[in-house]
Amino acid sequence: MENWKQNKAVFWVTALPGVVWLLLFFLIPLALIWGMSFGEKTSIIDIEITGTLANYSRSFEAVYLKIIWKSIWISVISTAVCLAIAYPVAFGICFSPARWRPLLLLLVILPFWINLLIRTYALIAVFRTRGTLNFTLEWFWNLAFLDKLIGPFQPLELLYNNGAVIVGMVYVFMPFMVLPLYATIERLDRSYLEASLDLGASQWRTFFSVTVPLTMPGIISGIILVFIPMLGMFLVPDLLGGTNAIMIGNVIARQFKQANDWPFGAALSFLLMYVTFAALALRAFIGARMKGGVGV
Amino acid sequence: MTRPIVSIKNVTKRYPGVVAVDDVSFDIMPNEFFALLGPSGCGKTTLLRMIAGLETSGTGDIIVDGQNMEGVPANKRPVNMVFQSYAVFPHMTVRNNVAYGLKVTGVAADEIAPRVEEALEMVQMGAMADRKPDQLSGGQRQRVALARALVKRPKVLLLDEPLSALDAKLREHMQLELARLQQVIGITFIIVTHDQDEALSMADRIAVMEKGGVRQIAGPEELYEKPQSRFVADFIGKINLIDATVSGTSSVGVTCMAKGLGRVVVPHDGAASGSVSLAVRPEKLVLADTAPSSGADISAKGVIRDVAYYGDVSNVFVTCPDGLELAVNVQNDRAAAGLLENGREVYVSWHPSDTLILQE
Repeated sequence: MENWKQNKAVFWVTALPGVVWLLLFFLIPLALIWGMSFGEKTSIIDIEITGTLANYSRSFEAVYLKIIWKSIWISVISTAVCLAIAYPVAFGICFSPARWRPLLLLLVILPFWINLLIRTYALIAVFRTRGTLNFTLEWFWNLAFLDKLIGPFQPLELLYNNGAVIVGMVYVFMPFMVLPLYATIERLDRSYLEASLDLGASQWRTFFSVTVPLTMPGIISGIILVFIPMLGMFLVPDLLGGTNAIMIGNVIARQFKQANDWPFGAALSFLLMYVTFAALALRAFIGARMKGGVGV
Repeated sequence: MTRPIVSIKNVTKRYPGVVAVDDVSFDIMPNEFFALLGPSGCGKTTLLRMIAGLETSGTGDIIVDGQNMEGVPANKRPVNMVFQSYAVFPHMTVRNNVAYGLKVTGVAADEIAPRVEEALEMVQMGAMADRKPDQLSGGQRQRVALARALVKRPKVLLLDEPLSALDAKLREHMQLELARLQQVIGITFIIVTHDQDEALSMADRIAVMEKGGVRQIAGPEELYEKPQSRFVADFIGKINLIDATVSGTSSVGVTCMAKGLGRVVVPHDGAASGSVSLAVRPEKLVLADTAPSSGADISAKGVIRDVAYYGDVSNVFVTCPDGLELAVNVQNDRAAAGLLENGREVYVSWHPSDTLILQE
């Protein structure tokens, strides 16, 4: 058979649909938005690209920097919580009997089958003042006769704060963390763990000195996969955070909708993208440093 | 009598639907080079892993250096293992790999460095201490695995098929190396292998395992010359097995009617009756153009069916009357030249005392 790389016609026919798709629906819109970020509004519907940097300088106003900073730390905490929960879950799935594994993986993926909006609304039903969680707590409160001793149960204010946003993000992005972790842990040769035990290391020591370093590629992939979309998330903060916990995604969405200031929204979007690129560069840097070891 | 360093007492390990280790008992003496030999699936690796504490929930007792290992986790046992895949940590340098076992057990830092150097020198890897495992060859990785286990100064070193991943030349070299190391360090080695040459050339004593049980424990020579069962005879080296029926016993030996040979008398201590196998090693057989003059020898006339040439020796397959097939090992010296050709009529003979009677 002829090498397809040498046959130019075959190469272009197979590559063309992908190239056209990327060009039409990704690069061109992206370029438009990028151009717009240097533009000015001339009327309600007209935008003139004047090469101004006003949109970017406006992005660095304190109020927006604060929101960007807040988006970053909320995403960092949510990613960390995600990792802390997902690692044992992925580990548990890998070390469960082989016939259980597909079912357990299915349980992890199952939420994907339900619309994100519906899942987030379901969280509201759980966390609101007269929601499932508060009812359950009240039931235990009364069961322990605390209502006779201390007074009636005061429902917890669980919604419309940063905590609610973090819980919502962790919930939404958990599968993206579990799956790459599962993929690396599953490939991990167990004789490394046995060797560590055999050499006298405790289970904990083995975990931190052998398991974690050897599954680092999965950990990093999981973090990237979860952290970047969290940074730009606007649905979860909108529904669970209310006005108290807006993130940069909400600000951007507002520029394109209510505020009708596309140039400024475009500038903010690209700022977010630069942060993302920085995160990816960091990953490449860590990857290069680990090369010769595990590789990423 | 010295106390055994390892005592295996009635050890049994069951997996769902299969008995991996079936009521095994034996002792291993200090400074012994002991081999567990058997085909794959005979339970030898499971038994080794049970000694290491990596395989639990078996029954029976494993006693190491006078201490019952029941309930002692792998990281608290006075044994160390060299894994079949070596399991050299890929994210650590050679030096850190070897130091790992000392670091995690809280050995003082100023003691670690000299011990690591010493262990690396012992396996001639001192010059590569700062390399990562992916910069090493298979043989070098194995030396690291050895140093990493030996630096712990275990009472017993366990080796799980340590040479199976090496090519033939290197394997032969490492066999000598392992035997030398064991003598220098003077600790007990227990090696698991499916390679009989490996076991015969390295071990002081060999336990031959089959289907979870130990069939025979003996030194290499005894195992080769005096196998006690068809399985052991067949597994260790090559052997001709000839069906026979015992017809009588006298002071001279056992008289049998053997397939293709007729009536033969074989010296044998102990009883024999019914159907037996006569076993004789191919290198004990002699090929000749003419009938042997000595009447005492067992002999048969046959036709050369096939000759396999190995350089120093040739394996000659001779078809005798009654469908008896005999394999004969012939040194390729001047006497053999011209004799070894297919279709040639030859006489095969051997001394009766080289024949074993295997009941089974």
